[in-house]
This record gives sequence, C-alpha cells and structure tokens, in this order.
Amino acid sequence: MINIHPGWLLIAGALLLPLIGGKARNWFVIFLPAAALYIISQLQPGMSLQYHFFGYELTFLRVDRLSKIFGYIFTLNAFAAFIYAFYVKDSTQHMAALFYIGSALGSVFAGDLVSLYFHWEVMAIASTFLILSRRTKKAMGAGLRYILMHIFGGLCLLAGIVLYISKTGSIDFNAMTERTAATYLILVGILVNAAAPPLSAWLSDAYPEATVTGGVILSAYTTKTAVYTLIRGFPGWEILIVVGCIMTIYGIIYALLENDMRRILAYSIINQVGFMVTGVGIGTVMSLNGAAAHAFAHIIYKALLWMSAGSVLYMTGKSKCTELGGLYKTMPWTMIFGTIGALAISSFPGTSGFTTKTLIIESSVHQHLFWVWMVLEIASAGVFLHAGIKFPYFVFFAKDRGLRPGETNRSMLVAMAFMAFLCIFLGLFPGPLYDILPFEMEHYHAYSFAHVTTQLQLLMLSALVFFLFLPLLKRTDTIAIDTDWIYRRGGAFFYSVVDRVLNGFNEVVERLVVKGLVRSIVNFSQLAPALVLSALIYPYWVISGFDKKERAQRKEELYRDINTGAMSVGLISISVLLYLGILFIF
Amino acid sequence: MQGEKEKDYFERPGNIKKLWIALYVVCALTIVFELFIDRTPHFGIDRIFGFYALLGFVSCAILIIIAKVIGFILKKNEDYYD
Repeated sequence: MINIHPGWLLIAGALLLPLIGGKARNWFVIFLPAAALYIISQLQPGMSLQYHFFGYELTFLRVDRLSKIFGYIFTLNAFAAFIYAFYVKDSTQHMAALFYIGSALGSVFAGDLVSLYFHWEVMAIASTFLILSRRTKKAMGAGLRYILMHIFGGLCLLAGIVLYISKTGSIDFNAMTERTAATYLILVGILVNAAAPPLSAWLSDAYPEATVTGGVILSAYTTKTAVYTLIRGFPGWEILIVVGCIMTIYGIIYALLENDMRRILAYSIINQVGFMVTGVGIGTVMSLNGAAAHAFAHIIYKALLWMSAGSVLYMTGKSKCTELGGLYKTMPWTMIFGTIGALAISSFPGTSGFTTKTLIIESSVHQHLFWVWMVLEIASAGVFLHAGIKFPYFVFFAKDRGLRPGETNRSMLVAMAFMAFLCIFLGLFPGPLYDILPFEMEHYHAYSFAHVTTQLQLLMLSALVFFLFLPLLKRTDTIAIDTDWIYRRGGAFFYSVVDRVLNGFNEVVERLVVKGLVRSIVNFSQLAPALVLSALIYPYWVISGFDKKERAQRKEELYRDINTGAMSVGLISISVLLYLGILFIF
Repeated sequence: MQGEKEKDYFERPGNIKKLWIALYVVCALTIVFELFIDRTPHFGIDRIFGFYALLGFVSCAILIIIAKVIGFILKKNEDYYD
C-alpha cells in the first residue's frame, strides 16, 4: 500500500518550485496533480499517517469513498487548471496554487478535527496570494477583506473544535449528532467557507479580482472543501436545507444584477453550492451522493466557465458586460467551450449537470419536501437565466463592441477542450461517476423520456423569458451592494457617525467651556483688581472735582498701570486703606 | 478586412426573426411532447398539463422582476467603494 499523502506531495512540489526555471516549471506543475491523482487511485481504505500530538492521535490520511471522490476531482481539476496556466511565468502564483490545492486535499483526507483545522488555515492563507498576485489596488483591498473574513471563519471553527474536544475528549471527525454550542460554532466556521449568506460576500468580492488562472483555481476548492466537510460532519442537519435553499435563490438574484462577467460566475457558485448544501441537509443516501456528484460535476463546468471568462479577460483586458459583446466572431472556440460549460451548469440534458443535480432534486421528492422541491426547481430554471444564457449572451453575442482580440492561446484552449469533453462525457455516460459515489446506492437512471421533456420545458421557457425580458436585463455600469457593505462602507459609516457625535461634542465643549467659561474667568481675574479699584476710587475723583473727560483719562491710566503692574505707592496705600476700612465696617 | 464588411449571420436582417420563430417552435414542441409521456406527478400541483413550462416561465419572470426592483436599491456606481 502506498502511503504518500497526495496533498503533501503538492506542497512538497511547491517548495521545490523555486529551484526549477523556465518551461520545465510549467511541465512540473502539470505533472504533480497527475501523480497525486494516480496515488489517490491506489490508496486503500483505512487510516494512516498517524502521529501522537499532546496525548491525541492525529490522522492525516483517512481514506474512504467520500474522501477519495473529492480527492479525484481536486487533482483532476488541478491538472486541467495547470494546463490552462501553461503561459504563466509568475512562480508565486504556481506556488500559492500548489499550497492551496495541497491543503485542500489535506482537509479532505484529514481524519480528525485538529489536522482538519491545520489544513483549513493553510488553505485560507495560500488562496489569498492568488488574489494578491493580480497586483492591482482593487485586488489588494479584496485580498485583505478575503483573509479577514476567513480568519473570522477560522476562529469560529477553532473555538468550536476546542469546545468540542474539551466536552467529548475526542478529536475524531465524524458525523456530528449533538447540537451544542460547539457543533454550531464548527458549522458556522464551515459555512463561511461554503459562502452561505450573509457570510458569503468575500467570494463575490475577491474571486473576480483574482488573476486569470487564480479565478479558475479558486472557484473549485474553498467552497467544495466546505461541502465535503458538511457531508462528513453534518449530514441530515435540517438547518442546512434552509441555508441551501436561500443560497440558490440569493445567487440567482445577485447574478442577475451583476455587470462583471466573473462576478456573475462568482454568484453562480453560491447558487450551485446551495444545491449541494440542501442535499446535505436532506441527508438521505441519495441526496448525500447527489451532493458529492454535483460537487464533482460542478468543479468541472465551473472551472470551464472561469476558463472561458479568463480567456476573454486575458485577450481583451475587460470583464464588464457593458464593455464586452460580439466576441463570437474572433473567439469562436472560447465561445463554444464557454457555452458547453453554461449548458452544463444549467443541467441541460446531455451534460454533467443533468446527471448529478437530478439526484438532489429527486431525493427532495422522495422525502416529500414540497417547498424544497419547488425552490430547487425554480432555482434550476433561474440558473439557465443567469449563467446559462446571460453569461454567453452578453460576452460573446449581444452588442458588437468592435473588439477583435483573436483566439486565446493554445494551452488555454486545450484545457477548455478537456473540461468541455468531461462535461459532455459525464452527461452521456454518468456510470463511472456513479460508481465512485461515497454511499452504496442502487443503480440510478437519470435519463427517461419524461424527465428529459420536463427539463427541456423548464429550460426552454426560461430562455424564452430571458429574451422577452431582455430590455429589463439591459446591463448598466454598476455594482450591486452585498453584505460586504457592512465592513466596506459600514466601517466608514460607523466612523463618520462616531466622528460627528464625539467631535461635535468636543466642539460644543470647547466653545462653551474652553472659549467661553475659561476665557471669562481669565478676563474677570485680569480685570477684577482694576474694576474694584476704579469703583472704589471713582467717588474720590468726583469729590476732587475732575470732569468727565479727566475721569475717563484717569480710569484708562489706572487700567494700564494695573495691567503692567506699575502702580504708584500712593495708589496702593490708598487702596489698602480702603480695603481696611471696608473690612472694619463689615 | 473583407470579413468585416460582410454582415455576420446574427447581423443579417431577418435572421433574428428566424431565431425568434425557432425559439417559439422549440418551446411549443417541448409542451407537445408532454402528450406522449407518462408522467408520474409527485405532488398535487405538478399534475397540471405543462406544469414545468409554466413553472419555468412564471418563476423566471418573477426572478427578473424581483432583481429589477431590488436593483433600484442595491445598484450603485462602479466607484461606490472608492
């Protein structure tokens, strides 16, 4: 039995990367996931790579059907993504990608909560570099918000794990049955990575700012590692049905509002992961298999969609629907592959989406969950609307903006052709995928004349609505506010409120106390002796027969003398006498 | 360029109209096909003839309208956060 950890193989490869230069490096990073894929296929079920750690036994390699299916798709997608990235010369991107994919595999094969947490955090950090590598101001900001959100999720996860271990005394990671603060905290930590609203804005904020290949790679791992963890730890938690259903509709509405093509695709990840999360919540063998199968198919077609959007961005430097259009003329292959991805995500009969999503929807029917079934059917129609038609229509057709970029480079086309082939192959022959599903299930037939007909009804009428409502869908050069407003503008808003209240208070205090009260006290103490003296001496001047003018002059002299401290002896002695007199009288 | 001057398939007048007709025909066909299938309804509501066509049409229309309405509040200029 081979005992090599497939994830660590990629991480080891990342560490070797600086030693390899030129094109050899690009070949090397294609070879690594292929080798990891082979290793996974040879792994025997069981626990291995166990180490003692502060009295606990860590298991770094748990092999069973569930970890294997995710291992297969993670390495397969990495293989295609690195072919796509063959043109990339920047070794930081490749290193970050290998660390990211390696630690995602590490999370999937982790047999306990501690090693899961360790890989989980490495994944968050490594993925941030795929965003920062774009080296734009927007990417820097988005990368910072991305890592902050993941630190928050990681802390929830950590707090939950620590509570869980102290309560149960075990670090085993299996299906959680008890609903305690500990398990709910773990769940929240995972849902951050699954991009469940309102904790989802990091995805649509950061992924579209990533590099061309970074977007392709990011789209697969973080959210799908979360789906794996949910299948493993939280099968049948009803709350996930609610969360999943919200995600499906949320993704559609936002994708309809969006103008940036990669942001449309980012929102459709939330929509698609919603189907999987719902499947986990339903919790039957069929729905859990459906969640795993859908994750498998989704990674392929979603990577394909990101690849075609990436090619457009790479060739034109543009990603807004308001600036794109008419590209079918010069980028026909990118258009064809992108459209295959768009059909697959819409579960068009003959594509992989059709053979996998059906499992989840049908399991909701078997459990007689009417509303869940309704939402999933509505969301299926909506997918065709926002990703299936909107993406290819506005990017490749719609209004010709006069862009004539030419077809993208060959390695990108090869990778897209490979993924497009898989979309159709798994759509026509789902058998090999059904065979590796995690839980025993009797053979399933996705195709029946009735099912194909009803699915086509749903999709074609959605298409009709799209074109009938086209004026309402006209793209505007705008962004849509998501929950990231809370920490992007909310922070500034909070600042300005606090600024106004506290500084306003300061100002009032300054005006009243510092400038008003203190000043008048100062003035009073400066003038008091002169006032008292002049009041006391005034009758003397009157008696002495000074006229008004003389009295004013004397008064002025008196003030000046007091202010400069230059008073004649006589005056002082008079005033002393007067004081004494006053004291004597009272 | 020679190719630039010639109008593309999608730009030639009449072709858009043909595509519209094709779309209507395909939609109609999917509904006609329902006559030939033996569908087992799962819940009461999907017993209606053409249920999935109706669902697709109505739900997408509602989704678009919801997005449009929400858009008035949520849509901001590109430089909103700058």
